[in-house]
Amino acid sequence: MSLKRIDLLICCGSGCVSAGALKIKERFHEVLAEHNIANEVNIIETGCMGPCDYGPVMVIYPEGIFYKKVTVDDVAEIVAEHFVKGRPVSRLMLQDEEKTIAAKKDVPFYQKQVKVALENCGYINPESLDEYIATGGYEALGTVLTEMKPQDVINVIKDSGLRGRGGGGFPTHIKWQMVHDNKSDEKYIICNGDEGDPGAFMDRSLLEGDPHRVLEGMMIAAYAMGATNGFFYIRAEYPLAIKRIKMAIQQAKEVGLMGKDVFGSGFCFDAEVRTGAGAFVCGEEMALIHSIEGQRGNPTPKPPYPAVQGLWGKPTVVNNVETLGNISTIFRKGAQWFASMGTEKSKGTKVFALTGDIKNTGLVEVPMGITLRELIFDVGGGMIGDHKFKAVQLGGPSGGCLTVDHLDTGVDYESLKERGAMMGSGGVIVMNDDKCMVNVAKFFMDFCVEESCGKCSPCRIGLKQMLEILERITSGYGREGDIEELQRLGESISKLSLCGLGQTAPNPVLSTIRYFRDEYEAHIRDKSCSNKVCLDLMHFNIDKDRCIGCSLCARKCPVTCITGSREEKYTINQVDCVKCGNCFDVCPVKAIDKVPGIHPAVAANREALKKAAHNHED
Amino acid sequence: MYKEICAKYAPTKDNLIYILHEIQDTHPQHYISGEAVKDVSDYLKVPENHIYGVLTFYSMYSTKPRGKNIIRLCESPPCYIKGSDNILRKLKSILGVSVGETTKDGKFTLELCACLGVCGNAPVMMINEDVYGDLSEEKAEEIIDKIRGRN
Amino acid sequence: MKTLADLKKIREKAQEDMKLRGGNVRIKIVVGMGTSGIAMGAREVMKTFLEEIAARNLTDVMVTQTGEKGLSSMEPVVDLIEEGKPKVTYGNMNPDKVKKVVVEHIVNGRVVSDYVVATGN
Ligand SMILES: Cc1cc2nc3c(=O)[nH]c(=O)nc-3n(C[C@H](O)[C@H](O)[C@H](O)COP(=O)(O)O)c2cc1C
Ligand code: FES
Repeated sequence: MSLKRIDLLICCGSGCVSAGALKIKERFHEVLAEHNIANEVNIIETGCMGPCDYGPVMVIYPEGIFYKKVTVDDVAEIVAEHFVKGRPVSRLMLQDEEKTIAAKKDVPFYQKQVKVALENCGYINPESLDEYIATGGYEALGTVLTEMKPQDVINVIKDSGLRGRGGGGFPTHIKWQMVHDNKSDEKYIICNGDEGDPGAFMDRSLLEGDPHRVLEGMMIAAYAMGATNGFFYIRAEYPLAIKRIKMAIQQAKEVGLMGKDVFGSGFCFDAEVRTGAGAFVCGEEMALIHSIEGQRGNPTPKPPYPAVQGLWGKPTVVNNVETLGNISTIFRKGAQWFASMGTEKSKGTKVFALTGDIKNTGLVEVPMGITLRELIFDVGGGMIGDHKFKAVQLGGPSGGCLTVDHLDTGVDYESLKERGAMMGSGGVIVMNDDKCMVNVAKFFMDFCVEESCGKCSPCRIGLKQMLEILERITSGYGREGDIEELQRLGESISKLSLCGLGQTAPNPVLSTIRYFRDEYEAHIRDKSCSNKVCLDLMHFNIDKDRCIGCSLCARKCPVTCITGSREEKYTINQVDCVKCGNCFDVCPVKAIDKVPGIHPAVAANREALKKAAHNHED
Repeated sequence: MYKEICAKYAPTKDNLIYILHEIQDTHPQHYISGEAVKDVSDYLKVPENHIYGVLTFYSMYSTKPRGKNIIRLCESPPCYIKGSDNILRKLKSILGVSVGETTKDGKFTLELCACLGVCGNAPVMMINEDVYGDLSEEKAEEIIDKIRGRN
Repeated sequence: MKTLADLKKIREKAQEDMKLRGGNVRIKIVVGMGTSGIAMGAREVMKTFLEEIAARNLTDVMVTQTGEKGLSSMEPVVDLIEEGKPKVTYGNMNPDKVKKVVVEHIVNGRVVSDYVVATGN
């Protein structure tokens, strides 16, 4: 029997690890040993707890106290005060307006959340099969294998209304049914853990924080469709996720939860892990299949669908990590329970990754249909500082931007699509009023151009053209008609591309034109970026009245384009300025302003250069 | 040496990606040489141009020698929104290299990459297998100094 | 593992190990570990509870701690909290008294009234 009286759960998701969680864990071991109470405390490394912005975070049971932003230096105090004397350290707790929030369950971030897929993330030790079993793990698999026929399993999923969480929202039961109905000597199930959408990290957290749940979901799916082999395709950028899932497979095999004749039902199953090598398009299911086969990860036209001709030509289901993460709970709690959450067509919960200019960045799981306002302001805590909300990009690089006018939109597959955005994998990138939407659109386009596999020309050439136009606009060479040209290109690329990448890549541009057309127009007509983000469409100016002539700016200027004296004050030679921003940063009296628009001197210089080039050509 | 790595895997085409990963990871200069491609081609009985096709498709592979430590700064939108361009400027200036280049002492190669999935702590960079989040210019410099001192 | 019953066995044992995170707890023992409590020997009291519980293999009991309770003159102070019953507070505890409380109160369900300093909330 153990003498343990404290469970110390340290979040060791990638976010907290990048903020130093592992060093803190080591320090706890040292300090507990010094106090001679190492045998009274269980130190447990968990998966992501969600509020990454507060990292490193930890929860201490039995009280359930939540500490945030813990540093190595805080450890001695936590042990001496909390563990030895029973006085939790309030300075490390979350502060809300006036009161201090001690317990995890009272942290506002968690309050509107309903955890299904993330149920165990941040609560159990992901490397312990026993802890997963303690939370009811593998019970669903046991019941399914011993009491249900494959068709019954598919029917339960159908009743639950579960749709794919990997982006498309395709009803999960239909895919399973197709492969179930296909007669073949070999069938495959693949778990898609490629998670390439910038701003999405739920699949990583789930694989790292609760790998057995995904494995159990995969086995239930395999039984339903008659597959005996599974693959986890995980991007190489996620070494910890790869390690954890490999470990889970190993543990399951050791106790006979995987392998031959599981639960004495005759069901045999084996799974392997495959990794990518840095290519976004490999998240697309056909590309992924080619990548597992050892080829370039190019998408190929559908049909044939993977359900008919997938891996090595055999019927294959590709399911997203989060989709599989929901399966076991649906069986434990019932299809009705799952279907009671969400909206008419989008059932259950969805995990979102909140990022950008929002207070509580991190992972949240909420019922489908929650409004953007609740998601961003209640769960996400609103904007950082005094900034105003400007836009939110949903659905990754191929999603769309929504605005203040859409805050009361419910988040579900259909509502988002209607408004020009999409659910995608659940990335929610929040932007404040400092952002230039043209620049943001250019950034997303740049991502898609780089990740285009180049196989089909609308995507390869068309996206490039769109990017060139955006670059032209943001550098002050925009022309009348550019907006229409972007729309024309965008629409035809959407129609003609081979895979989802090209089909959706124009979305950010099209949606920003739809909702922020005036910004595009200002860039093109007035050659001005009102948010002073596009460097070619803004300039720095020293205010002579405020300048104290200290010369610091002139000394820091890398191109020595600032001249003046204590008496005359300083000025910027605009034509030579490279807009590095050093002067703006160093000025001790903040006498330097960012001004929208091209400086007249620079504009004149551009004209002169253009004329000279013209003459030269003649 | 490459032959030994190959021999750890079954000679089937689907192992190509893993063999290439291991060759690159174990090479002190983190790259895949022409000689390696030849050995892999012999072992798996696939033409060299197929292997080059795969090598150039995936961004993690390099056919050029690289530094001892590979810095991969995330350039995806959530990190950009939180100021990854400032970090890039800083890294370039303290290392004295542009993106894709290796420092003269061979210690660092600076690369950009797509989202590392740690966007909650943006901006983010990965050095070898370690992820560093919530970067500021000062923090980035400290991290580089520390690694420089270590090896 | 071949049957659901095997799985259940593992689950019960594993839940036991995770009970601090809020599982099947019949009695919660809360030791006052403020400065004065510790000065009066609360750590020894806590340790004795942990040892006695371990020795008797009591699986539905949880030991935890709290800060100063303002009963300085009666330190070390220990609360026993049982679902559906008024809280019992024992005062002036020491390792020998702890052993008695474990046997009488926790195992046999009889409150040791000699040591009680307060009951109810
Ligand atoms: C360019 C592109 C990238 C994709 N990336 C992913 C991804 O990273 N993860 C994922 O699960 N699905 C991704 N998908 C969707 C998959 O093709 C597929 O629809 C999904 O894995 C099916 O699983 P689900 O039905 O469980 O959602 C991507 C699709 C496209 C077109
Ligand atoms: S955007 Fe940089 S880690 Fe995701």
